[in-house]
Amino acid sequence: MLRLELIGISKQYPAVKANDRVNLRVKPGEIHAVLGENGAGKSTMMKMIYGAVRPDEGEIRWNGQVVNIRNPQEARHLGIAMVFQHFSLFDTLTAAENVWLGLDKSLSLAEVTRRITEVAKVYGLDVDPLRPVHTLSVGERQRVEIVRSLMTNPKLLILDEPTSVLTPQAVDKLFVTLRQLASEGCSILYISHKLDEIRALCHHCTVLRGGKVTGEVDPTKESNASLSRLMIGAEPPQLQHHQARLGETVLAVRGLSLAKQDQFGMNLHDIGLEVRSGEVVGIAGVSGNGQQELMAALSGEDPRAAPDSIRLFGKAIGHDSPRQRRDHGLYFVPEERLGRGAVPTLSLAQNTLLTRTQTVRSSGWIATSEVNTLARHLIQRFNVKAGGPDSTAKSLSGGNLQKFIVGREIDANPKLLIVSQPTWGVDVGAAAQIRGELLKLRDAGCALLVVSEELDELFEICDRMVVIAQGRVSPSIATSQASIEQIGEWMSGLWNKTAPKQESEHAEA
Amino acid sequence: MLKLEVRPAPSRVMSVASPLLALSLTVVIGVVLFMLLGKDPLRGLYVFFVEPLKSWYALSELAMKATPLLLIALGLAVCFRSNVWNIGAEGQFIVGAIAAGGVAMLADAHTGRWIVVAVLVAGVLGGMLWAGIVALLRDKANANEILVSLMLVYVAEMVLSYLVYGPWKDPNGYNFPQTISFLEATKVPRLFGGMFRVNIGLVIALLAVAAFWLFMFRVYAGFQLQVGGLAPAAARYAGFSSRKALWMAMLVSGGMAGLAGALETAGPLGQLTPHVPAGYGFAAIIVAFVGRLHPVGTVFSAVLMSMFYIGGELAQSRLGLPKSLTGVFQGLLLFSLLACDTLIYYRPRWRSARSPRSEPARPTNVITPSTPTVEGNA
Amino acid sequence: MDAIALLLAATLNAGTLLAFAALGLLINERAGIVNLGAEGIMLVAAIAGFATAVHTGNDWLALTAGAAAGALLAAVFGLLVIWLNTNQYATGLALSLFGSGFSAFIGIRYTQEKLSERAHYDIPVLSDIPFIGPALFRQHPMVYVAIALTIALAWFMYRSRAGLVLRAVGESPESAHALGYPVRRIRLIAVMVGGALCGISGAYISVVYTPLWVEGMVAGKGWIALALTTFATWRPTRVLLGAYLFGGVTMLQFHLQGEGVQISSQLLTMLPYLATIVVLVLISRNATWIRVNMPASLGKPFFPGG
Repeated sequence: MLRLELIGISKQYPAVKANDRVNLRVKPGEIHAVLGENGAGKSTMMKMIYGAVRPDEGEIRWNGQVVNIRNPQEARHLGIAMVFQHFSLFDTLTAAENVWLGLDKSLSLAEVTRRITEVAKVYGLDVDPLRPVHTLSVGERQRVEIVRSLMTNPKLLILDEPTSVLTPQAVDKLFVTLRQLASEGCSILYISHKLDEIRALCHHCTVLRGGKVTGEVDPTKESNASLSRLMIGAEPPQLQHHQARLGETVLAVRGLSLAKQDQFGMNLHDIGLEVRSGEVVGIAGVSGNGQQELMAALSGEDPRAAPDSIRLFGKAIGHDSPRQRRDHGLYFVPEERLGRGAVPTLSLAQNTLLTRTQTVRSSGWIATSEVNTLARHLIQRFNVKAGGPDSTAKSLSGGNLQKFIVGREIDANPKLLIVSQPTWGVDVGAAAQIRGELLKLRDAGCALLVVSEELDELFEICDRMVVIAQGRVSPSIATSQASIEQIGEWMSGLWNKTAPKQESEHAEA
Repeated sequence: MLKLEVRPAPSRVMSVASPLLALSLTVVIGVVLFMLLGKDPLRGLYVFFVEPLKSWYALSELAMKATPLLLIALGLAVCFRSNVWNIGAEGQFIVGAIAAGGVAMLADAHTGRWIVVAVLVAGVLGGMLWAGIVALLRDKANANEILVSLMLVYVAEMVLSYLVYGPWKDPNGYNFPQTISFLEATKVPRLFGGMFRVNIGLVIALLAVAAFWLFMFRVYAGFQLQVGGLAPAAARYAGFSSRKALWMAMLVSGGMAGLAGALETAGPLGQLTPHVPAGYGFAAIIVAFVGRLHPVGTVFSAVLMSMFYIGGELAQSRLGLPKSLTGVFQGLLLFSLLACDTLIYYRPRWRSARSPRSEPARPTNVITPSTPTVEGNA
Repeated sequence: MDAIALLLAATLNAGTLLAFAALGLLINERAGIVNLGAEGIMLVAAIAGFATAVHTGNDWLALTAGAAAGALLAAVFGLLVIWLNTNQYATGLALSLFGSGFSAFIGIRYTQEKLSERAHYDIPVLSDIPFIGPALFRQHPMVYVAIALTIALAWFMYRSRAGLVLRAVGESPESAHALGYPVRRIRLIAVMVGGALCGISGAYISVVYTPLWVEGMVAGKGWIALALTTFATWRPTRVLLGAYLFGGVTMLQFHLQGEGVQISSQLLTMLPYLATIVVLVLISRNATWIRVNMPASLGKPFFPGG
């Protein structure tokens, strides 16, 4: 008998059919992957199982019985638990209070605290119940989420992209926990787009594409290529790689230290790195280790850095505003598209004015026709699917808006382009396009600095890599000489222990 | 059941229709109110919507009321679009009036007409000064501008009271709390002769509408202010100075309120009394919102609000209804507008109780600004 | 000494009305909703309470009427900002403007009315203690209710599960929703309870504090109460102490006028407002401290689908 079965489930949203008559079959004790790229419909499917959203048509069966899951509480009563990709934790409360809020029964806080320690020990999850959540690292927070789910004695545990916030070593530990759970009879739904993990961990896999099921396979018998074909309908697109032609040092960061601005942030310690023209340097690291703070210091959104800790072509720019840095050729693509990289309710044309001011006269007058021309040019050059320059930013899909924003900055002919999470939440086609454009820019002699949580992406496009952990940055290493295991160790801050073949630091010019 | 579902894109039709819908709603409630008070609703509607437009004189009076509302609302529109919540325009109006009055009282029998310019400039500066305090405290101490500007309204009222009861009291005024009547030279020139009281304030206001439109939609500084209000993180990313935005918004709105105060004092009032504050600073908030925070829109909403004011006065003299009815209608209008505005973003749907409820998706990678935002566009 | 005892007594009285309003706003804001309509609610509640007192002669009915009026107005506000997601600041302002006009409108008929002789309250034995007696124990029962309310609220917030849920909703309504809590219903209840407490404060003003009706008699106390919740960093006991502090400043001004101090009455009347500004500035300077203590979702719209 199947633990969970979805039969002909559909869900229509105003602009898109998120799920189109999908089927899902999960056995007891099975680790079942749901594979699909961003926008394929995985989240919607999970929300319906979890009770946050109701299906338009179709049937859900639990242990053979038809059920109608109206809200998360009913899902919990059935024995369904979910660990979210974006945690539902309350920062100012303790771990124990957070877990307590996630449980329906009227256990007392003290009892809950005691049981947390028990459950944590059984599954090898290290959690201190009395610490406020905002003091925990991202990995520790995920453990609190998992413990919270486990305490409801789930028969089905749903994990939504759990490894995007973990080092490779932590991923292995998580897999041990999951296998233990499965062996005890708990079914696991594992949402991911990471082919290697699914092949290593899961017994069975359902592939979604464009809201429809394109396959139900045994991942251990499939290759990355065949899974990829099911997921995007083709082999993953290949990028053109050319030999790096290195030039002068464009960006030199030395001794950059910065205190955090609010209590939930991360201090930066003595950061040093270099980027030369014609190369792509990647910054790897699990989120929450100082990437945001470093990006803000480099882009100028945080102008507190010591002026000479950041040098552009030798010029000290630590105190410069973002506009001054752009005047010197430093352009930046932030990780948040809507709300930071673009204003959601303004048109694409208006959004060009955020970073491209050549259409503004020195008197302050905006030459509207030129603004429209620029927008049209960007839309055409970078293949942005949009209604026109007047379309609002939020009417574009994630991939297309990202192409527009990245394109806007590339079109400015930067000397240094810093990009944070270039393809986060973007469909595979657009992602390939964006990475291709970045490589083209590098070949044309621009210096690039890329921050990404996707190690695969960094290995694909970077010439050299550094790792950021706990607000510190490792020495750099050529991509060709790096391995995933090593980078994984470095993500825990352990770059002094391993003795990699690393390049020597360049002396300051 | 009636359910609201998110529209894929905000409805432009509803953007324009919403204020009209809100007005209709207010009218309906007004009719009900008239009936409850035992008055003929048709007469009530006539008094509010027809009488103020019936004659050239009526139009002149309408323009007199609309001018200060329009001036203040133009400044507030810029302010609110920048996410700076200047609620104390009333206080800036008062201080503008005080400054203007102070300069006006310096005139003597030989002073030329140029003093009118000085009076108006004094009003602008006075309003800017009062608003500047708010900007300073928010800039240097993060003090919430809503509360500070409001507290300063009460302080401004007390300052005015102190002056007209004390040092500025007209010694020949039979001990009434009022200043001397300003000399003719200081009075704001009227546009037409005779009984039409409308003065150049109207011209200034209309010129201001054009200037503000250009500023908001064709000048980079205006663009920067709006981005700061719509998406503060994007403004930081772009490198727009939020401090510059704060000062600009406060000084502009304070200056406009002060100008309105000066025009009132050196115009129809002709002196300072404790009755200078007429609530225009607060009514202008409603004018700004109903006008969609758009310069052209505020023209229409200023006219509408003036009709409420005049209608209220007429209702008192003709129908025996209390003048405070005006305040009720104004509040109702804003409420209705806020409610009707939801129709811009949501579509009402009838759903039977049986069919599954659905919650529409929202983009997950959107940063919501940390302070109140206003959705607005050219 | 007698004068100081009386001053203290008057301070408790004045502080109590601020406390009710500010505690109500605290509950609102802990749920993440800022209600700028407090002033309007207090005005409408004041006339509702006064009218009830005039017609029934019963103070307790009057206070109840105030609470009911407050809850009703707050419910309308809540429906708009919670279900229709209207801008909280604009909607609150609309409520204040409406309340100001509406209360003036209704109140016309009551401007000349007088209430029956006010009762004197005296706790036997305790009120005979020299100094402390007249200072503390000759108060209207609502003064003691305010203190009890503060203690109850503190217990509720920090020791009960319901209070934890409220704080969680205020910090992250999205997370609370994902856990299955009826966020919108919880917020509406918080808004209505807050409105009722503001209503009690309004009725207290017109029935106990200065038993008469004058248009606009709340004179900005609603705004001061809003400021109070911020500088008490949303903690009930600090709110009560802050309320007494402000009550003291207000009473000081009357005391000084009474003593014939040679400062113009207008300048003295300004004192509470200036004091509010000063305290706001002092507290807000440490932006980090405010952010740490502030309910994180305060003022932001919440969309259940997201």
